[in-house]
Amino acid sequence: MKLGYLAFKNMVSKPLNLLLSLLLLTLSVALVTFVLQLSGQLGGQLNKNIAPFDMVVGAKGSPLQLVLSSVLHVDVPTGNIKLKEIATLQNHPFVEEAIPVSYGDNYKGYRILGTKPDYLDSYEASLGDGRLYQKSFEVVVGSSARSKLNLQLGDTFISSHGLVESAGEGHEDHPFEVVGILEPTGTVVDQLLISNLESVWEAHDHEGEGHEEHDQEGEHGHGEHEDHDGHDHHGEHENHQEDETREITSLLIKFKSPLGMVQLPRFINENTTMQAALPGFEINRLMGLLGAGASTINGIALAILLVSGLSIFISLLKTIRERRQELALLRTYGLRPQELLGLALMEGLFLACIGFVLGWTLGRIGVWGASQYMQAAYGYVLQVRGPEPTELYFMAIILALAFVASILASLSIFKLNVAKTLSDV
Amino acid sequence: MIETTNLAYTYNGSEALVFPDISLTPGKHLLVVGPSGAGKTTLLYMMAGLLPPEKGSIAISGTELNSLTRKELYKLRGEHVGLIFQQYHFIHSLNVSDNLRLRQSFPTNSNDKRRREELAKRLGLTEYLHKKTNTLSQGQQQRLSIALGLIHRPKLILADEPTSNLDDVNCVKVVNLLKEEAEICESSLVIITHDLRVMSHFQNQIKL
Repeated sequence: MKLGYLAFKNMVSKPLNLLLSLLLLTLSVALVTFVLQLSGQLGGQLNKNIAPFDMVVGAKGSPLQLVLSSVLHVDVPTGNIKLKEIATLQNHPFVEEAIPVSYGDNYKGYRILGTKPDYLDSYEASLGDGRLYQKSFEVVVGSSARSKLNLQLGDTFISSHGLVESAGEGHEDHPFEVVGILEPTGTVVDQLLISNLESVWEAHDHEGEGHEEHDQEGEHGHGEHEDHDGHDHHGEHENHQEDETREITSLLIKFKSPLGMVQLPRFINENTTMQAALPGFEINRLMGLLGAGASTINGIALAILLVSGLSIFISLLKTIRERRQELALLRTYGLRPQELLGLALMEGLFLACIGFVLGWTLGRIGVWGASQYMQAAYGYVLQVRGPEPTELYFMAIILALAFVASILASLSIFKLNVAKTLSDV
Repeated sequence: MIETTNLAYTYNGSEALVFPDISLTPGKHLLVVGPSGAGKTTLLYMMAGLLPPEKGSIAISGTELNSLTRKELYKLRGEHVGLIFQQYHFIHSLNVSDNLRLRQSFPTNSNDKRRREELAKRLGLTEYLHKKTNTLSQGQQQRLSIALGLIHRPKLILADEPTSNLDDVNCVKVVNLLKEEAEICESSLVIITHDLRVMSHFQNQIKL
């Protein structure tokens, strides 16, 4: 018989002790792995989403809101900006690429984004099926949106006003037609329905007349009006060039030179009615806030971990005292004190391993659950991944903790008086 | 085979216990009798190498215990000594069969199922092999304790009151079993007892 078998039998012979120690260990491992995964994946996904663009230009307001709405597509826009205002930016020597985006409608909660095909290239999104949109009201569909909405090539749908699903007014005159389906990119593109800029404009042109109807975000667009140069100014250009009255939600910019990062945001913020926001900076700020929450939870998990180490220690200490006679018996079988120590160590380490595996599994179930929620609420998907290097380090820490707890609890083995212990009744 | 010479042991604050020399060739038996406190169990533990004697020496199968390293002593004890305790000691997390298996596996790592079944049968434990040790009756526990002392065919069998909880029928069975095992395995058998039923079965006796 192997000592391991005996250690295992010893471990399960006290189910309540086992349960308590395991519960604590499982809980702390689950918390730590869950938070690590959540912050890691969220951060990773955010960074992947903002990676293609260095700067966003939009209506004045909160820069974080601008980034969230225009790059990550989770918040409402700060307002609209005029095409003519961005003309100079598009040709600026520091700018490598400037992609206008415009939106304001949704289909069953999935945003319809009007933009140029360059947008898809920025995220390296390729068509899995069908073709790119060529005229207004043709739309290509991101992979997650497609599967959630169950859209096929050739399907048509009516968009509705605003960014969230509602029973409100729809644009019945202008059904969108699905002409292409995108391959999964693991970015925000997967959640979008993408069409050309004109689709967004035309959908709203026909709703009525007058400038107010260009307000593409319904009640959220009020800030925009205050930022306008004024209606008089507006009117002068209306007849000359249609483009100049057109509005977009924001302009996504990739710099050619790092100098752009230094000069352009300041220039825009000080000299125009628009604002420039740097996605990298804003997301770092956001992650800093989230990071504080994550550290708090990690702190709690760490405390639970220490308690679980203590519980392993106490339960082993108790068991070793209770089993003094059994240990003495094993000594008469010819076992050395080191082997008895090994027995106690194995018991502690078994517990640690089982606790880790259970906790890790629970953590992953948590990630899966969070993913369900986040997909429904924000369209963000978390992946349930295999073990990661940081988690293996964490496992090493737990094993070390169990090791120390077991050794400390087992020291009395070396002081065991075999003859006396066996004679005690 | 066991030989002791000039053994003595002193417990704190009491008179020294002095033991008569013992010399047993393989297959021979010895009954140790004496009143409580005469040092019967102390003698047993010294012979098992569990308690170093204060004076004198012990040799098992010609090996002087004093000359052994600790590791060698543990090995000798595991391999050649079979202890039958007055107070029963088992591993409670294991069932009867696994307790026997555990004793077999140190230090020689054998796993002789036939031996376990045969011994269990002779001690009337067959139907209890898969029971937990704490569900056994006193008598059954004593018989299991005896099985644990014999299972690995030791060269020296040391039994401390092996029949105290047995009825007359089982007492005779156990005495015969101990004698048979000692004969088959050519073991030296030392029994400590004050059981009159046992005394009549053994000629070779010493009194402490």
